[in-house]
Amino acid sequence: MMKQVIVKNLVKKFGDFVANDHLSFEVEKGEIFGFLGANGAGKTTAIKILCGLSLPSSGELTVAGYDIYKEREKIKKSIGYMSQKFSLYNDMNIAENIRFYGGIYGLDRATIKRKTKEYIEKLELQQYEKSMVSELPLGIKQKLSFLVAILHNPAIVFLDEPTGGVDPITRRQFWEMIYEEANAGKTLFVTTHYMDEAEYCHRVSIMVDGKIEALDTPEQLKVQFGVDSMEKVFVKLARG
Amino acid sequence: MPPKIIIDNISKSYGDITALKGISLDINANEIFGFIGPDGAGKTTLFRILTSLLLADTGKAIIAGLNVVDDYKVLRTKLGYMPGRFSLYQDLSVEENLNFFAGIFNTTIKENYHLIKDIYAQIEPFKKRKAGDLSGGMKQKLALSCALIHKPDVLILDEPTTGVDAVSRIEFWEMLYNLKRQGITIIVSTPYMDEAARCDRIALLQKGEVMTINRPDQVVDSFSKKLYGIKARDMYDLVKLLRNYHECESAYLFGEWIHFSTSYEIVKADLEKYLKENNMIDVQIEKIKPNIEDSFMELMNRKEEQ
Repeated sequence: MMKQVIVKNLVKKFGDFVANDHLSFEVEKGEIFGFLGANGAGKTTAIKILCGLSLPSSGELTVAGYDIYKEREKIKKSIGYMSQKFSLYNDMNIAENIRFYGGIYGLDRATIKRKTKEYIEKLELQQYEKSMVSELPLGIKQKLSFLVAILHNPAIVFLDEPTGGVDPITRRQFWEMIYEEANAGKTLFVTTHYMDEAEYCHRVSIMVDGKIEALDTPEQLKVQFGVDSMEKVFVKLARG
Repeated sequence: MPPKIIIDNISKSYGDITALKGISLDINANEIFGFIGPDGAGKTTLFRILTSLLLADTGKAIIAGLNVVDDYKVLRTKLGYMPGRFSLYQDLSVEENLNFFAGIFNTTIKENYHLIKDIYAQIEPFKKRKAGDLSGGMKQKLALSCALIHKPDVLILDEPTTGVDAVSRIEFWEMLYNLKRQGITIIVSTPYMDEAARCDRIALLQKGEVMTINRPDQVVDSFSKKLYGIKARDMYDLVKLLRNYHECESAYLFGEWIHFSTSYEIVKADLEKYLKENNMIDVQIEKIKPNIEDSFMELMNRKEEQ
């Protein structure tokens, strides 16, 4: 198996404050990796580094096989990113958004056209073809954001609280899309505050005060902490 | 005792978009009443109408005997409101924010300190820090302190736990129970279904309409199907296989299980055979009890079919 993310002793300091304290982990190709932690535990800091937007204070990191110090531009081409705040442009329609992002990632016209057709069919968006993105129902926007984040066929996708606030049915449809991409070989790096979603991940890491305090399959973590749900694992760890 | 809050046929549209469609319900004194629904269900619109910040197109609302339109000035002294978006002054310190809100309501921190003590004590060590520099959990505690400092009768909290981690959410609910014990009526909205179970009564909201109003346990009891928890090695293939099973009404991912609903009792051995024939490994099937989220999804589907 190919390792898509390799992190060895990642340290990130802001002045005296240690936001990431010797993080080490690896993520396999096709894996859904849950990256959990309390607010302020240091998740966002680590994700920014993995996306090539910020440099670590020390440590060795490769993302999609590229070195974080020397090959950040290659990393940016190999990853997709979606956050709870939509990255789609509200005052453009669906096709315009896809064309815009396709252009940024250097896709040719034929590919952009094919992807637009594919996405509209996949999400059954025919009735919204002329609509501005601002007029789309939230659940559809969320799914479309995900598809736009993987438009350039990245090896790794970072999903930062992708399901915040969506209805329970859409939330599950969204996770089925995640599974589908994992089965197709993409690596998914997910943060969430929904503890039932932690159970959907192949492996989960839990950060507390800048350190990874637990890392295993949900099943093993529950055994390790002697509890019956990921919520209880999380509470045990974060409350100390 | 008459209801503390009467919401009577409230509707509101923004242009072509209908945010609320004739909402009517009563909330009793000292209840924790939850509005449960996804973004866009109409929760914030309703709260803004109740707090006199927005006018309804039709209908009326009465809080503690005061009309939210005619008596808004008096009403505002009796309401505590915590909006969904952090709305305190980012460039004022923790203490300055609290002093400011106390001052507006002609009171002092000292006078009502007992009300906020449990909450404020946790952020008091940082009272000189600017509100904008606080972590998410601390901002939430400051916002709640500011909403309480004038000793309101009714507290209205718009998604206080959205984006907040599981531990802080549990702590937040402990604070709400303390406030209930002090006689405050609490209206709270949340997209987290597990928090619904913590309310005395809930209204499930979807697309501007109330799907049901009841006690959480009664909402769960209203689930009309047979429900099974099923798991196997490959959950994604399993959910697809279950949807193709002839007796399937619905199959949804639910943490480590898939919740599989049917109209009638199934023969477990038949389903197990079907799954094994389709290469599922480590199959487990258990009859289970539904939770609020099962009921919510059933109501959503019923609505779609109408």
